[in-house]
Amino acid sequence: MIEILSQTALATVQDLGRLGALGFGVGTSGAMDDLALAAGNLLLGNDEADAAVEIQVFPFELRFQVACAFALTGADCAATLDGQPVMPWWSYQANEGQVLRLGPPVAGPGRISRAYLCTAGGIDVPAVLGSRSTQLRGALGGYEGRSLRQHDVVRVGQPGDRVRRVGFGLVPPAQVDPLLQDGVAGMRVMPAAEYDHYDEASRAALWEQSWKITPQSDRYGYRLSGPKLSMTTPLELRSHGIVPGVIQVPHSGQPIVQMRDAQPSGGYPKIGTVIKADLWRLGQAPIGSMIRFIRCDWDDALAAEQRNRTYLDNVRRLTALYRSRPGLA
Amino acid sequence: MTQTEPQVSFLGTTALLFEAPGEMCLITQQRIWSLAREAQSWPEVGEAIPGMNNMLVSFADPPTNPTPLIMRLQDAWRAARPMPLQGRLVALDVIYGGDAGPHIGDVIAHTGLAIDDIVALHTAPDYPVYAIGSHPGYCYLGGMDRRIATPRRQVPVLRLPGGAVSIGGLQTGVSASDGPSGWNTIGSTSMVFFDATLSPPCLLQPGDVIRFRAERVIR
Repeated sequence: MIEILSQTALATVQDLGRLGALGFGVGTSGAMDDLALAAGNLLLGNDEADAAVEIQVFPFELRFQVACAFALTGADCAATLDGQPVMPWWSYQANEGQVLRLGPPVAGPGRISRAYLCTAGGIDVPAVLGSRSTQLRGALGGYEGRSLRQHDVVRVGQPGDRVRRVGFGLVPPAQVDPLLQDGVAGMRVMPAAEYDHYDEASRAALWEQSWKITPQSDRYGYRLSGPKLSMTTPLELRSHGIVPGVIQVPHSGQPIVQMRDAQPSGGYPKIGTVIKADLWRLGQAPIGSMIRFIRCDWDDALAAEQRNRTYLDNVRRLTALYRSRPGLA
Repeated sequence: MTQTEPQVSFLGTTALLFEAPGEMCLITQQRIWSLAREAQSWPEVGEAIPGMNNMLVSFADPPTNPTPLIMRLQDAWRAARPMPLQGRLVALDVIYGGDAGPHIGDVIAHTGLAIDDIVALHTAPDYPVYAIGSHPGYCYLGGMDRRIATPRRQVPVLRLPGGAVSIGGLQTGVSASDGPSGWNTIGSTSMVFFDATLSPPCLLQPGDVIRFRAERVIR
């Protein structure tokens, strides 16, 4: 069990998302940085799809009520365990009663915004409609269908399954596979249905200008500010299914990228879709930072997914190697 | 946008969107239901979800070359016959106006109709559930009378309560849980549309029919 000590947590239990419930109007939810969650799980010998705690407001504090192996992935939050430094992307063993504290993500050019607490055996909440991710609208999944609050006690793994071989770590994907466009964080985008209905200047601006992530950005969507995107003729669309990553353009001409908690259908015109393989990059881009969209096609998008899979395969291999080495504590 | 051929577009490599041509109508929707049922049985398809005269197809695993799947969809569309689902009829008692329908004044102002006429027109049809989407348990309905069509609100309401009966453009619907909405709320009902502990979790499914009954009109 872990006890949440922070007052305003806004942290949620997430896994890789709820697939297969779109027909009930239930979106995917899931980790904003799916790669960090999967890698953190693999580092502990978990299934890559196990649930973890996604932390997005700092400082964040919790107490281990039981001994438990853990890893923090995603943002480097200069964390401490009973005051001793805890490196991100590294596995540790916490003793009963120890307090883990995460500060704000460390400043710098590579600053990212969300951290994941992965625990041996995963965060143990009931799966609802096939997933442990928190779906806030409709209040289902995760911990009682809501964000974590002070004094919540969250179950971790099974007794006997919480002690793992620890003491090794990973190179984060942002270092293994950085993506910059003219020095600005990049995300690959495939044009979507209404792309050709935007005027030439707008289409050029989408690829050539930088977009700022406004404060009105959260797990539901990222509202961007930049040049106004205009259609040659306005379109009235019928409600249709959408997925995380879709870039909608409401009448204001300022795009909104649908993120993990987005509703599964919509009606605004779509100029493009941030590809699945790069959604983690956007999910980690801080409010106020600039991003660039990089045009790509189907084959590029599949190749990018393959690179992510290769990264996780390497993590799995490395972890298996360390865990099987005799003589290591 | 009136097309004669269906349009297919990508939502990244996660899904594709199939949009039927022509004016929005029930016959087309019945063909979409038929197409969705067929596509759902294909191994490369994760989910095939009807929208409003369109369908989202998510990939179980994105294919190296998506063209054969698109051609298969187009062939299946040509062959798709309207599937008249024999759904349940669910009657919903609605309190119209007052605190239950805070935007009915805007519908009155836009349509020039009296509240009783709006209630009469809104309760007259049987509304087929075209699709489920937006949020857990939400039903997209067809068949609203054009005379009470009212544009979406300039500024969305941040927290529309569950059970709100509302009008957005040519569509009407009932929100299944609290959440933001740009539609005009004209009334409310106490029906529960979604319960994750039930199987299936949704009260209604495409092909079911909703009938609104005026329990009370607050003038």
